[in-house]
Amino acid sequence: MQAILALEDGKVFRGKGYGAKGECRGEVVFNTSITGYQEIFTDPSYAGQIVVLTNPEIGNYGTNPEDNEATRPYIEGLIVREFSKVSSNWRSQQVAEEYLEGFQIPVLAEIDTRALVRHLRDNGVMRGVISTLETNAEKLIAKARSFPKMDGTDLAKVVTTKHTYVWETGERSHLPDEVVGVKETPERFHVVAYDFGIKQNILKKLRGEGCKVTVVPAETTAEDVLALKSNGVFLSNGPGDPEPCTYAVDNIRRLMGRQPIFGICLGHQLTGIALGGKTYKLKFGHHGGNHPVKQLHTGKVEITAHNHNFAVDPDSLPQSEVELTHIDLNDNTLEGLRHRNLPLFTVQYHPEASPGPHDSHYLFKDFVKMMEEWKG
Amino acid sequence: MPKRTDISKILILGSGPIIIGQSAEFDYSGTQACKALKAEGFEVVLANSNPATIMTDPESADRTYIEPLTREYLEEIIRIEREMAPGAGFALLPTVGGQTALNLAIELSDGGVLEKYDVKLIGANVDAIKKAEDRLYFKDAMQKTGLDVPRSALVNNLKDGLEFAGKIGFPVIIRPSFTLGGSGGGIAYNREELLEVLARGLDFSPVHEALIEESVLGWKEYELEVMRDLKDNVIIICSIENFDPMGVHTGDSITVAPAQTLSDREYQAMRDAAIAVIREIGVETGGSNIQFGVHPSSGRMVVIEMNPRVSRSSALASKATGFPIAKIAAKLAVGYSLDEITNDITRKTPACFEPTLDYVVVKIPKWQFEKFPGADEGLGPQMKSVGEVMAIGRTFKEALMKGVRALDTGKRIGGQKIEPKILTQRLVTPHPERLAYLQYALRQGHTVKQLAKMTSIDPWFLYQMKEINDMQMELEKHPMDSIPTEVLRDVKRMGFSDGRLAHAWRLNGKGAQEKVRHTRKKHGVLPVYKRVDTCAAEFESYTPYLYSTYEEEDEATPTQKKKVIILGSGPNRIGQGIEFDYCCCHASFALREDGYEMIMVNCNPETVSTDYDTSDRLYFEPLTLEDVFAICEHEASGGAPVGVIVQFGGQTPLNLSLPLKAAGINVIGTSPESIDLAEDRKRFGKLLEELDIPQAPGAMAASIEEAVAGANRVGYPVLVRPSYVLGGRAMVIAYDEETVVRYMKEAVEYSQDRPVLIDHFLENAIEIDVDALSDGEDVVIGGIMQHIEEAGIHSGDSSCVLPAVDIPEALLNRMREYTFKLARALKVVGLMNVQFAIPRGNGNSKGNGSESGKVYVLEVNPRASRTVPYVSKATGVPLAKIAARLMTGRKLREFLPEYIDRQADLATGNFFYVKSPVFPWNKFPGVDTVLGPEMKSTGEVMGVADNFGEAFAKAQTAAGQKLPTKGTVFISVRDHDKPQVADVARKFVEMGFKLVATAGTADVLEDAGMTVERVYKVKEGRPNVVDLIKGERIALIINTPHGVDPFFDEKAIRRAAVAGRVPTITALAAARAAAEGIAALQRGEVNVYALQKLHAETALQH
Ligand SMILES: Nc1ncnc2c1ncn2[C@@H]1O[C@H](COP(=O)(O)OP(=O)(O)O)[C@@H](O)[C@H]1O
Ligand SMILES: Nc1ncnc2c1ncn2[C@@H]1O[C@H](COP(=O)(O)OP(=O)(O)O)[C@@H](O)[C@H]1O
Ligand SMILES: [Mg+2]
Ligand SMILES: [Mg+2]
Repeated sequence: MQAILALEDGKVFRGKGYGAKGECRGEVVFNTSITGYQEIFTDPSYAGQIVVLTNPEIGNYGTNPEDNEATRPYIEGLIVREFSKVSSNWRSQQVAEEYLEGFQIPVLAEIDTRALVRHLRDNGVMRGVISTLETNAEKLIAKARSFPKMDGTDLAKVVTTKHTYVWETGERSHLPDEVVGVKETPERFHVVAYDFGIKQNILKKLRGEGCKVTVVPAETTAEDVLALKSNGVFLSNGPGDPEPCTYAVDNIRRLMGRQPIFGICLGHQLTGIALGGKTYKLKFGHHGGNHPVKQLHTGKVEITAHNHNFAVDPDSLPQSEVELTHIDLNDNTLEGLRHRNLPLFTVQYHPEASPGPHDSHYLFKDFVKMMEEWKG
Repeated sequence: MPKRTDISKILILGSGPIIIGQSAEFDYSGTQACKALKAEGFEVVLANSNPATIMTDPESADRTYIEPLTREYLEEIIRIEREMAPGAGFALLPTVGGQTALNLAIELSDGGVLEKYDVKLIGANVDAIKKAEDRLYFKDAMQKTGLDVPRSALVNNLKDGLEFAGKIGFPVIIRPSFTLGGSGGGIAYNREELLEVLARGLDFSPVHEALIEESVLGWKEYELEVMRDLKDNVIIICSIENFDPMGVHTGDSITVAPAQTLSDREYQAMRDAAIAVIREIGVETGGSNIQFGVHPSSGRMVVIEMNPRVSRSSALASKATGFPIAKIAAKLAVGYSLDEITNDITRKTPACFEPTLDYVVVKIPKWQFEKFPGADEGLGPQMKSVGEVMAIGRTFKEALMKGVRALDTGKRIGGQKIEPKILTQRLVTPHPERLAYLQYALRQGHTVKQLAKMTSIDPWFLYQMKEINDMQMELEKHPMDSIPTEVLRDVKRMGFSDGRLAHAWRLNGKGAQEKVRHTRKKHGVLPVYKRVDTCAAEFESYTPYLYSTYEEEDEATPTQKKKVIILGSGPNRIGQGIEFDYCCCHASFALREDGYEMIMVNCNPETVSTDYDTSDRLYFEPLTLEDVFAICEHEASGGAPVGVIVQFGGQTPLNLSLPLKAAGINVIGTSPESIDLAEDRKRFGKLLEELDIPQAPGAMAASIEEAVAGANRVGYPVLVRPSYVLGGRAMVIAYDEETVVRYMKEAVEYSQDRPVLIDHFLENAIEIDVDALSDGEDVVIGGIMQHIEEAGIHSGDSSCVLPAVDIPEALLNRMREYTFKLARALKVVGLMNVQFAIPRGNGNSKGNGSESGKVYVLEVNPRASRTVPYVSKATGVPLAKIAARLMTGRKLREFLPEYIDRQADLATGNFFYVKSPVFPWNKFPGVDTVLGPEMKSTGEVMGVADNFGEAFAKAQTAAGQKLPTKGTVFISVRDHDKPQVADVARKFVEMGFKLVATAGTADVLEDAGMTVERVYKVKEGRPNVVDLIKGERIALIINTPHGVDPFFDEKAIRRAAVAGRVPTITALAAARAAAEGIAALQRGEVNVYALQKLHAETALQH
């Protein structure tokens, strides 16, 4: 099956189509993780984006229910160099191609993905269309230019849960805890988690630290949250531009100081704004599992998983209130902050990993510690 | 943490001679460490016995000791270095010299030497080394951290071994403590095997211990390369998955990077485990290699072992990722933390990150069982390969196919039918050709499922091979002139070589590949070059480290600078080893200085030449005509002039010289025609006649009849061998017609254009190697190396000495004269190597061709030879660098005017430099260790002293042949040695040795008035000589081959000698040398010399 990628700047890649017949559109971003394609497919933060994977061999170990970060894939489309027709792994239950096909996600394969990545690196992320139907490139380029940019769009609203629920661990896995990331621990705290596009592994980690987690829709008001009488509030990752999510920013402002708060990714950006800061868009974002992040207070470096197109501008934050805690050593973007006197800290990257290294799991413990201290 | 200030001097230990399990990768890591630490301003002192390395170049360190790597000599080096700087902070870095350096560090520490001279260990502390290397401590440590390991017990005797095996059940793995490359390890499926393997294992272990372990045969095998710094930052550089499942040593496995069949959860679990391991073992700084086994259907993960040092795998990982592990490890060892070091390739980002790959890397080992008839070709826990190739492609399929053609084996199992029974057996038991049999099986319609069951190879890999097979079928459907562009493109994208296409299209003969190339051009199917950049293109890269693939975008736009392309030597192998990589690197360094853009092409990940900063551009590509030509064409497309050097990489690039020239490539240096002339028997013979230079009478034969006739014409004994070979493969010395006939029937393949060569064999002749430099007019001789063993033992296998010790000046002059003549006749521009043989005065030459005292030419190699690095180290003159410059048109006069005027050889001062070979016998139990015209040694060492005897003794010690200073010498020599044997024997008597001899020799010795104990030959009766050897009554064996003596059974003697580790000498000349060496040892002197000092002295006297 023929397939084409057309970019808004007129560049076109022709390759073979896998998965679903059809067409998809989105902001084209690249991810440099070697492992974890299934987690990437199902990470709600990828809503509105077409993902190029730099690892040329994708699908080798198939897919399985345990590794989903959400109940369905959120990527709009996938671009790879080689897409395995078979899967080989003791946990695999479905070939990756079938899995995506089941959700009508088109795949463009066998193109020069490295050339595409270099193009995005030099010219920045841009809109693109993948089609297995249309062969006329011009038409597709026009389409790529026609739909709204991600800048300024609120996608959290789109992907968030429609109703509040208490999260329960799914059925237990035969795998050791550190692999699955869920520990049966007695519930010591109650955490309300804002779902801007939350990943399963965040919930598993919180649960693993002995937290009962109530997941609430993105637009839930601070008052409704406080009414749940939780011990702490978690602000999740999510897709899109933080700026239009003014409702979330307001709620965070009203929660600050009244509850211990821990935020990740979009949650971090929203907090940054709530603290009076500004966010800006990165040229091609951070998407990968090998970013060195330095803890400024210890000088230690963690290898971390990243997935963000926007970042908080450190200079825009009130230094009197906000302490910068983490930076990315590759390009010095701000990766973490904490409030100097309120129980509040957030990180731009993904301590829950999945996919990615586990170096930053300690942050979930820090959150629990914060709730303990707040309690006592 | 910034650089440590409490250290100013650092001693780096090399890994010694190239042996199976410890190859060129430690020259690569050692060289990086030296460079890095020198750049940091430390005073670097290096000890390594291997002269063929870049690391032992005088520039690499401040003081370089090419000395035996034994406690005695190292202690002396440390003593001197301490004396030179009493107060200085003095450290020892043992983690870049393989297992050898680690074991020495332990010895020096346990022996109190480090304490005595206040030397700090950096890189790894003693506890960490012991914890990691002692298999039992290691397992305890793992269990402490909650990691799973195969059940096991450490035993030091057979009884306990059997008992434990009974408990866990067969099969079991036997693994000796403190050995490398799995020496002495093995698998036992039953009691008998256990007794055999365990006995050997215990013997190999320096501490006489071995681990008996639960078998995890058939599990998936993985390796992680880990780095840690003093701030406890830990990063994973690379994950490697073994194509061959657990049970085949990683060094003998096809391996793939990155791991292909692990999901993120499993990979991260392995990563967590690796980090836990390095912390628990306590490796504070540097790189470690950690191996894991994973059960294919349950995912149970066990830790196999850790190497607390850089390793073969870390060299591979460095080349696979572009992350220079050894270099960074050295910096961490002196206090830097990972975030303080920048990534050379991106220049902006720090080294504290985990490389990510947007390509696939495949490593394939190279075996040479053909050199060791009778060796067990089965692959197991003990490494047997002598080298490896690495290939980079955008997919596993492409990388695999490139790797296969890079191996340069010429073999291909294709058409012929294979018995189903045989096929099954070849698939089930791992062996060097398994890949080819898998291809065959797939073609025969075996399913991936069936093959996975038989081989335990992961189905994903097998499926990739099936796709290759399907593509092959598809290809065969299309004749060359009607193949659709799409198909051709897909075929090439999958990595099919033009050779394979030609084969599929039944094109053969010279022009075949050219036809394919033109077809490709017509369809516009051409390779592009992509960069290895550690970051999957996320950041810009500044190091053109390139590989070819069939994609859209090219990242290697040629520059406008004049360029020189150097063709490397490919996988390490016997006869074509590290010496050639040394020469390639030197050529690159020299011409870089002269302002050329230097371009290296090679596919051997172990080498310095494939370090991304050795040249301006590195093409990590197979050395086939297709790949090399494509690179030349690509580089030429920039318009700047391009020259190609084939002279430094040994036979591999040499074989490309004519085809390249035919394709219009500018080969610089000695012309391809001259190279060809020197290799072409007929034409070269004529040339020698014209120059009136004697050569042993020779003949060529393409049939048994011709062979017999030829042999009679040139006169027995004769040396028979195939034409066009390096390292003297498949040669025999035949004393009679019967042998010749058998050889023609069984030993070789021959044809009209590849005839068999038959030379009269010059018996009892001194052999000499001569290396010379020439610009076509002027010639300077680098060295005249006198072999210790006589002609008939391959030049690469015999010890030799510089300068020659007992060759009359007249004969030296004749050799000089011949060398000059040859260099000019062949218009040599660059290096030339000539081998001479001079029958000894009193040899019983049967007047059939060979004449005593006459100088015969054996062969001429118009290229850099194996001895170039050794001669360069001995003379202090960088031959390869000068040669490279001559090839660019510069004149010899610029460099060595006084030598030209005085017609003098390069000087070696008042010192003697002895080179001795090192053999892999211990890897091939049962193989006959006899030496002959076919090369078998894997590496070499050098010994230096102001007298020949001591130099020889040092070389022998460095080579692991510890000469005795007392005891009993067994002597048994063939008849034509008998006249001289008495003098030699007397030397030993005078030094207090007792003599044991067989009848014939004993008679001679007694007539000469010595007391001799007589002993039976093996088949005469008992107790015979073998009984004595086994009874540990013999300290030294002097046995010159009797050839056909029904009673003697030299095999049995040699086998016993190897088993009992009794030094054995097979040439009277060597016996004389040994006597002098022993005299030196008895004087009890331990002298060491820094190369830089030696060179300075030589220069002064000059
Ligand atoms: N318990 C085991 N069962 C089966 N194979 C094993 C086992 N332990 C090791 N091996 C095999 O033996 C090889 C060599 O073992 P290793 O511990 O790595 O020794 P070395 O120090 O020589 O690398 C491994 O690469 C693996 O393939
Ligand atoms: N005519 C000969 N008489 C005696 N020994 C010979 C003769 N020809 C070759 N040899 C021995 O065989 C060895 C290998 O032969 P050579 O021609 O050098 O092959 P290679 O190309 O492998 O170096 C030589 O080093 C020498 O010891
Ligand atoms: Mg190993
Ligand atoms: Mg030779």
